[in-house]
Parts: sequence; structure tokens; C-alpha cells
Amino acid sequence: MTQAGSVSTAPARATTAPRGRSWLAQGMPRRILVGALGVLALALLWELYIFLGPADGVIVGGVTVLPRASEMAMPHLWVMLERVLEPVTGSSSAVPMWQAVLEAALFTLGIAAVGWLVGVTVGLALALLMQRFKLAESAILPWIILSQTVPLIALAPLVRRWGAQIEFGAFTWENWMSVALIASYLAFFPVSIGALKGLGSPDANHVDLMHCYAVGWWKTLWRLRLPASVGYLLPALRLAAASAVIGSVVAEVSIGLRGGIGRLIVEYAGAAGSDPGKPWAPIFGSVLVGLVAAGFVGLISLFLRRFRRGEVAA
Amino acid sequence: MTTAALPVQHAVEVHAVSRVFAGRKGASVTALDAVSLTVAPGEFVSLIGPSGCGKSTLLRLIADLDTPTDGSIEVFGKSARQARIDQDYGIAFQQAGLLPWRTVAGNIELPLELHGTGKAARRERATELIELVGLSDFAGHYPDQLSGGMQQRVAIARALAESPSLLLMDEPFGALDEMTRERMQNELVRICAETSAAVVFVTHSIPEAVFLSNRVVVMSPRPGRIRDVLSVNLGRMSDRGENLREDEDFFHSVSQVRELLHGATPAGARGVETR
Repeated sequence: MTQAGSVSTAPARATTAPRGRSWLAQGMPRRILVGALGVLALALLWELYIFLGPADGVIVGGVTVLPRASEMAMPHLWVMLERVLEPVTGSSSAVPMWQAVLEAALFTLGIAAVGWLVGVTVGLALALLMQRFKLAESAILPWIILSQTVPLIALAPLVRRWGAQIEFGAFTWENWMSVALIASYLAFFPVSIGALKGLGSPDANHVDLMHCYAVGWWKTLWRLRLPASVGYLLPALRLAAASAVIGSVVAEVSIGLRGGIGRLIVEYAGAAGSDPGKPWAPIFGSVLVGLVAAGFVGLISLFLRRFRRGEVAA
Repeated sequence: MTTAALPVQHAVEVHAVSRVFAGRKGASVTALDAVSLTVAPGEFVSLIGPSGCGKSTLLRLIADLDTPTDGSIEVFGKSARQARIDQDYGIAFQQAGLLPWRTVAGNIELPLELHGTGKAARRERATELIELVGLSDFAGHYPDQLSGGMQQRVAIARALAESPSLLLMDEPFGALDEMTRERMQNELVRICAETSAAVVFVTHSIPEAVFLSNRVVVMSPRPGRIRDVLSVNLGRMSDRGENLREDEDFFHSVSQVRELLHGATPAGARGVETR
């Protein structure tokens, strides 16, 4: 059990690792290792519970507090993996499960990406507007916060109905656009809030300096406010990516769009009774979409690393 | 002093300037009350006084970071606003205020870049200034890799980037330790001798004010007023060095400023003190 001890101290040391160029060289392998160990621990926990847990679950006063550990309720990990390699259905024309899931994941990823892009654009535009005009901030900000209290499920049918009425020239509103719109509706929120905070983050000192240089709002924005906002913007972009993926998956279900991972999750869930490994494939697919989205934002932050340097107090 | 026939243009001319900050519930604070001051071209003038005497406010007014409630300010014969737009002054604050995502060279080039100087000319000027402040080995470093004194040197180099005839400095060495501080003062004296710019220097250190200045303006708080102006006769800038700190005249001037600050000599001459 000495291994467990070393695992728990690893993250603490990773955070104190020196910043700068050596960060990539030293921190990255350790972080990957720690991440892999985390996944492994989760897998072990799953299998351990199947092994130790009672088949009928733990029931206290008529309430099930721990799930049943039967083969049907909690399939072994290797059952899930095996199922992924087999065809989707028994019919001869069926494609392998991994292929179907991967195609659906790509489809959802595409929609989420569109939603993320639209959301980030709108969020940034709103933040700029609010930063530029104090009046806009007091007028818009409460609505932005209020917007997130509307449940997604209530929104989906509305968006779909309105979208169906849009038609000009060769352009017709399609269902995937409704899904992307809902994804963007979730994604714009963290970006607008994070960017507003970031754009307002430069010291009074720096703002004074720009005033001394007699430069206007746009130059100040480009040279000072935008670079200064990067530290606030990156976590917001990551949140937006996660929101866009969740928004896409949920909106696919509530709008009834075929072809995506959300639909697959609902479809395969029905097979749980006879084919316990099947529902897990699209769940892993959606995790994959989330990972790719997070990785993409990670890539952006790698390029913007320069702007995350902090000035050490004199 | 009535030989006004000579068209001597002051670097800074502050005439009967007041600045009143409106507080909550009608209570207002008079940061500056009818302050007048002139700074000649190439002259080094220090503003000294306890906190709340309005020395920083006066500097901000000259820099057009704030506007006076009453009175007028001219910088090289122009309004403070026009002088700012024309970039007639360079400025340095107590916090170095470097952009953390720019290198030393990048920070010094910032004002040049903002005002459309070409890339080659920018590089050349930055290299020149980096040498002037003695940071040649650190041109590619980022601010977080520098010590406080080095950061402040970069800030001074940045203030000098566009060769201003006037430098405004608001306690630029206030956050530095004593040793670094004295070294920076020596360097500032050298730089001023080389650039022959006029300097308005806010400080709360008496030896610093005396060591650097041609004239020390002693201010008193509530309301902010100029109590007295002391001429420091310690020779030309280019002749001032480390051994000046041991000089008899230096000590004499220091104690003079101290007496003025603490009001040990009632003198009564100005009679502005109403306690």
C-alpha cells in the first residue's frame, strides 16, 4: 500500500513545480500518470463493488442506498469492452458498435463545436459591449444571469418550433441547428461572465498608463484588456466547451434529432435488460466527446501561455 | 524675477490649482488648495510631504490623469491635456506596471508601438534604453523573472522611450529596499544628466528628495498646500555621486527639509497652518 501513499502526494508536488519552460518537461508526464491512476482507481472501485456488493443491493428501511451488484445492473468492465467490438444488433447488416458510437460522437461533436463557436462569439461580443458601456452592463447583465435559469427542456420545443418557421431562399432551418443553438445558449454564459471580469481585470495603473499614452478604447482593448483577460477567459472557454457538449446531448434527446450520441444513449438504454453492456457504449462515446472538447481548449491555452504570466510584486 | 521679457518657457507651470474631491454625504476633501509651482526645463523638482498632502494628486493633475477643480496647469506652454496627447512627458509609478506578457524589450517598446514607430526604429531605441538602465542581459526576460529593482528600471526605460523633455515619477522607488533604492537613485541622477529632461518626482523620503533634486517642494496636508520650496545647492546632476551622501551640505539640506516638514521652524511667514 506504499503506492497509494505516493499517489496522494503526487498532485501536491505537481502544483508546486516551477513554472515556465520546465513546466512541460516535468509536469506533463506526472500529470498524465496521475490521471491514468485516477481512471484505474475508478475501474477498480467498480469491480470491487461488483465482487463485494450484495446482489440485491443494500436496502435500509425500504430505500435502496447501494445499487444491486447483479450482472444485469452492473456489468463487468470487460463485458462493456467486449460489447463495443460486437455488431450493434444481430442482423447481418449491422456495423460494429464502436463504429456506430464513433459516428454518433463525431456528429454530436460537430454540433457542439458549432454551438461553442456561436456561444463564444456572442459571449465575447456581449462582454465587450458591457465593458465599453456601463449602461449596457447594468441593462444586460441581469438578463444574462436570468437566461440560465430557464430549463433546457422548456427551451428545446420552442427553439424547434421557431426554427421551423425560418425559411428564406435556399436556406431552411434544420433540426441540428436547433440543437447547436441550444448548445450555444449554454455556452455563451460562462464566456460573457468570464470575459467581462477579464476585460475589467487590468490594474488601475495599467489603465492610467494607456490614458497617458493617449490611446483610444480599441487600442487599449487590443494591447491591454484582451491580453489581461486570457487568464479569466480560458477557464470560461473550458466551461463553455463542457456546456456545449452537455447542451448538445440533452437537446438531441429533447428535440428528437437522430444521428447523435444523445439519441443513441436513449435508444440503447432500452436494451439494458437483455444486453447490459450495450448502454455503456454511447455513454463512453459522450465522455469521449467531452474529452476531445476539453483537449481542444487545452490546445488553445497552450498557444496563449504567454498571456498567463503573472507579474511578481516588486 | 521680473525680467519677464525673456520668453522662457516653463516645463511645468501650475497656477493656483485646487482639487476638491466630492465625498459622500456632501463631505468634500480638499486635496490641493491654491497650489502654484513652476518647473524649469531640465530642472529636477521633488514633491515631498506626509501622506494626504496632495503630492500624488498634483502629479496626476500635471499628467492629465485628473483635472483640477480650479486653477490652470500648463506643460511646455500647452494645456496639460494637449501635452498628454502630444506625449510631452514620460511617466513612472510606484508599481512598475509592466505588462506581464511582454518581455523587457517588449515593455519598453510599448509606447513606441502604440504611437506607430516602425519596427526597426523600435528595436534600436529599446536596445539603447536597455543599455542605459543596465539590463542588457535581460532584454528577453519577462517581468516575473526580474527583481523589483529591475522591474522599476524597465519602467523608467519605458518612460524615457519617446525621449520626453519631462519625466513624471510617482514614488518610483517607494517599494524597493534601501540598498536597491540608493543604487536606483544613483542611476536616475546619471540618466537625468544624460537626457537633460525636467523631472517632477514624488517621494516621502527626505534623503532621496535632497540627493536627486535641484529644488525640494515641501507640502503639508489637509488641505494640501506648498509649505515651502527649498533650493538644494549640491552641484550639477552629472557631478552627483555616491560620495555626496556623506557630504556636509547634503546633511545640512536633509535637516533643513526635515525641519520644514515637521514645522519645527514656525517662521510664520506663510501662516497657512490652521490647526
